[in-house]
Amino acid sequence: MENIYLTIVLAPLIGAIIAGLFSVSRQTAHRITVTGVALSCLLSVYVFKLMVLDGAKPFDGAVYTWLASGNIQFEIGFLIDSLSAVMMVVVTFVSLMVHIYTIGYMADDEHIWPHDSLSAKNSYQRFFSYISLFTFSMLTLVMSNNFLQLFFGWEAVGLVSYLLIGFWFHRETAVYANLKAFLVNRVGDFGFLLGIAAIFLYFGNLHYADVFSNADALAHITIQILPNQEWSLMSVICILLFIGAMGKSAQVPLHVWLPDSMEGPTPISALIHAATMVTAGIFMVSRMSPLYELSETALSFILVIGALTALFMGFLGLVQNDIKRVVAYSTLSQLGYMTVALGASAYNAAIFHLMTHAFFKSLLFLGAGSVIIAMHHEQDMRKMGGLRKYLPITYWTSLIGSLALIGFPMFSGFFSKDAIIEAVHHAERAGAGFAYFAVVAGVFITALYSFRMFFLVFHGKERMDKHTREHLHEPANVVTWPLIALAVPSVVIGAIALGPMLYQGLFHNVIFIAEAHNPFPMAHYQGVWGFLIHGLTQWPFFLAMAGVATAATLYWRGFTHIPAQIQARLSWLHTLLVNKYGFDDFNEKVFAGGSRALGIFLWQVGDVKLIDNGMVNGSANTVGRIAQKIRHVQTGYLYHYAFAMIIGLLFLLGWFVHAA
Amino acid sequence: MNLANLHLLLPEIFVLSMACVILLVDAYWRKCLHGIAYQLSQATLVGALLFTAFISVKEPVIALSGTFVWDSMAKVLKLFIYVITFTVFLYSRQYLIDRNLFKGEFFVLGLFAMAGMMVMVSAHHFLTLYLGLELLSLSLYAMVAMHRDSAQASEAAMKYFVLGALASGMLLYGMSIIYGLTGSLDLTTIAGVIAENKIEPMLLKFGLVFILIGLAFKLGAVPFHMWLPDVYQGAPTAVTLFISSAPKLAAFAMLMRLLVEGLGSLNVDWQGMLLFLSVLSMALGNIVAIAQTNVKRMLAYSTISHVGFLLLGMLTAKEAGYAAAMFYTMVYTLMSLGAFGLLLLLSHAGFEAENLNDFKGLNRRQPWYALIMMIVVLSMAGVPPMLGFWAKWSVLSQVVAGGFMWLAVLAVLFSVIGAFYYLRIIKLMYFDAPTDNAPVLKPSADIHWALTLNGMVILVLGVLPESLMTVCRVALS
Repeated sequence: MENIYLTIVLAPLIGAIIAGLFSVSRQTAHRITVTGVALSCLLSVYVFKLMVLDGAKPFDGAVYTWLASGNIQFEIGFLIDSLSAVMMVVVTFVSLMVHIYTIGYMADDEHIWPHDSLSAKNSYQRFFSYISLFTFSMLTLVMSNNFLQLFFGWEAVGLVSYLLIGFWFHRETAVYANLKAFLVNRVGDFGFLLGIAAIFLYFGNLHYADVFSNADALAHITIQILPNQEWSLMSVICILLFIGAMGKSAQVPLHVWLPDSMEGPTPISALIHAATMVTAGIFMVSRMSPLYELSETALSFILVIGALTALFMGFLGLVQNDIKRVVAYSTLSQLGYMTVALGASAYNAAIFHLMTHAFFKSLLFLGAGSVIIAMHHEQDMRKMGGLRKYLPITYWTSLIGSLALIGFPMFSGFFSKDAIIEAVHHAERAGAGFAYFAVVAGVFITALYSFRMFFLVFHGKERMDKHTREHLHEPANVVTWPLIALAVPSVVIGAIALGPMLYQGLFHNVIFIAEAHNPFPMAHYQGVWGFLIHGLTQWPFFLAMAGVATAATLYWRGFTHIPAQIQARLSWLHTLLVNKYGFDDFNEKVFAGGSRALGIFLWQVGDVKLIDNGMVNGSANTVGRIAQKIRHVQTGYLYHYAFAMIIGLLFLLGWFVHAA
Repeated sequence: MNLANLHLLLPEIFVLSMACVILLVDAYWRKCLHGIAYQLSQATLVGALLFTAFISVKEPVIALSGTFVWDSMAKVLKLFIYVITFTVFLYSRQYLIDRNLFKGEFFVLGLFAMAGMMVMVSAHHFLTLYLGLELLSLSLYAMVAMHRDSAQASEAAMKYFVLGALASGMLLYGMSIIYGLTGSLDLTTIAGVIAENKIEPMLLKFGLVFILIGLAFKLGAVPFHMWLPDVYQGAPTAVTLFISSAPKLAAFAMLMRLLVEGLGSLNVDWQGMLLFLSVLSMALGNIVAIAQTNVKRMLAYSTISHVGFLLLGMLTAKEAGYAAAMFYTMVYTLMSLGAFGLLLLLSHAGFEAENLNDFKGLNRRQPWYALIMMIVVLSMAGVPPMLGFWAKWSVLSQVVAGGFMWLAVLAVLFSVIGAFYYLRIIKLMYFDAPTDNAPVLKPSADIHWALTLNGMVILVLGVLPESLMTVCRVALS
């Protein structure tokens, strides 16, 4: 089995190396990487069958000892159980779809680059190399059995994300965005690393199994970080790790990088910034559930952060005009939902939503990409409209994606989102009331912005220019097939996975939920139909419908002049939303400006004045002056020389002989 | 007098006889046999090398009624002295020819000086030691004054002679005090008598101070260094090269013979005195060198600072420390050879390369010699992987092992200050434009290759320093 696991991880890596480092042709590049990822995907499905369907015993073992230091072994190892199997299938499947889609999306990429750019010549190969490298990194992350390898994967996905956001590095905005993503993630990773260090300090080990089995023993330890402040060790560790998740999974206030990451090509927005990488934080917290269950404080913290993200990032989706940014804010909001689920101890619901979201959100992104291809890389929705008749496949698949997103009954999002709302409803920890309000209100907002986008793009007046309209047509098959392939799970996966994932203990012994916290006891399970009927009588369903109706009236037929009026009346609110609540300005002024000011201060005062002029040149000048003085002792007069010798003699005699 | 083991003196006898022969040959056949003195001198050195190399004695032998000792330290140092002197003669040839000094006197005086060194190295008796020292010193005084039309040289010789006489007087005074106290001139006997602890220690220290001053003068340790910058600068560069190299080895031997073999029981006292001399030398040498514009003078101060380092090894009063000091001395002579050799090479008829500005842009004019100079200078500054780094390292590690951590830190600090003037030479050679249109010199092949070898030895032994270190360790065990 180990060979299979190794193959799953290494096949994309080999593809990435060949496509990236050997100057292969475009065709070879996409063939080799698609083959690698397809192989991983097939084997992942096989592992999934063994682990989930056949119920094989989880595998936990090392394949390579990287470093042994004293009694500590740093190993490359795999932990394969139902959780990693689910993640592997999701990651490799979405990745495969994105790989195929990319063949169409990047087909004429060289036209995007400046004419004389050398980077344009192999941008296609480079792109494939990066996304394959990403798949490798993400797989090492989810398959890891220890914190060190987790951290490696964590950083490696961050690296690829950085490379891909700035893929078109001739654009200043892209460089700005990838730098921003990098810096913001550093903040999160710093917390993450501190968390891992704390685990190493107190557990003396980085292996998951050892840490989890000792967690109970350390549950009541308190530590002093600030003097006279006793903090629970487990809360400190959990919050530190979660700060890492906040960076990677874009939770308030570390969310600012994700909207800007849309500067990257659309396929990676789908793969990295919607389906997989950004959910790494959700996965990590679920994996650490034995630790998180021991800290009520950390869970409350997570709950509140998630709720804030879910609600307030949704609002921002309402005022965006860039098609990808709408989807990006929707992603932020949905990540907030997953985080809320984590905070409510419903780790399985979070993974459930992670999975359904991966399918429908990458579908939406790829659909948006398909629109963008058809519109010749125009992303402003105000210049679209009425695309339904030109892009039928994209239209229908996007409709499916949107319905899944808003939680329309029987679509996958319906089950996962309702499960989260149910879980929060039953949660009894601090912040649960606010979180419940946020996720319920979020449903209306989600429906509103999703269908605002949908109607603006596919219905209404055709607002594009004549030239674009004449060339509108459905993109190539490599683009549309992945849409269809993703549309299928977007519809059905919720109904299939609901029972096993939430109630029937698929994650038994993998995700640990204290009995008192479990929001989905088996006794409450009434089957898919029971869940559906229950859902149809609840607020979220009506709110979603209301959202769609509102969107239809405001942006399709009826009162399309109203949005402009609202905007004029509530201009302060609009400004607030357009400015994204001022997070960017705040960061720019306080953190970036502050660091720059500090840097300039340290440079001018600390480095130039103190070190350069004071210590380095100062001491050198002093020595030089002393040298100029002492050299005059050498007068050239013989009697001075002899006198010096006599003084030396007298000194030695006086000191050593007399002292005795 | 016991004449057994006379064969141990063969090298000394050979060198002295040859010096006399060369004197005669040069007097009568100078005109018809041009350069005969040079060739014969070099042949003498090779012969002495062979004689010395073939004398193999396992245990130290004391010959001639206790006046002469043959041990492995003597053998190693003598061999090294031959090689150094040979190279000095080789480097000097063209310089002497250009200045019309290429006469028998230089080589004969050189050989006499070397004979003096050999006697010092093998001395086991106050008298032999003093004899060797005077033979060396007198020859050197004459050599400094050889360029008699040069006022500078005459002044330098004068200062050297007067101060040298003063130092010799003090040394002799110290020796006579010790003789008065112990009743012997033989080092072994002296050591034995002192070890009995029957002599008033204050009197012994009194003698020790005078002896130490004689040694310090010979080495050029502060405050007995005053002659050194003036002599280095004033003497013809060829003579400076000679003074700065081989005699330091003899001086080291003298330190070993007098302080360790003769007055070893007084080590607590001379440790303190050496400490005083060493710190002053490192401080003054490194600091004042910065203010110099004349390279010869700068190298003189650099020598003073190296002497400070050498004394560091001695003051640990342990065998490993002596070995480190010996290693340091040998490395120092190699570096000094390289530096002054290049100065000789860059000088030509009517031009003395002795100012820092003469090095400007050397890399553009003569990149190969600039490279060798860089190796030498980096080695002097103690930059790895040059040999000079290991010299400093071995001394410092002994100092640290001896418990003088603060002293090691101080020594490193002074080395950092010293790095400035060494690196300045590199900066001048590589980053500054040449000031004048100095001709590109084409030295004869043997000098070229000898210099190249000199540089390579510093580099290669720097990468593989263990062999030379082992030689020093074995020589002193």
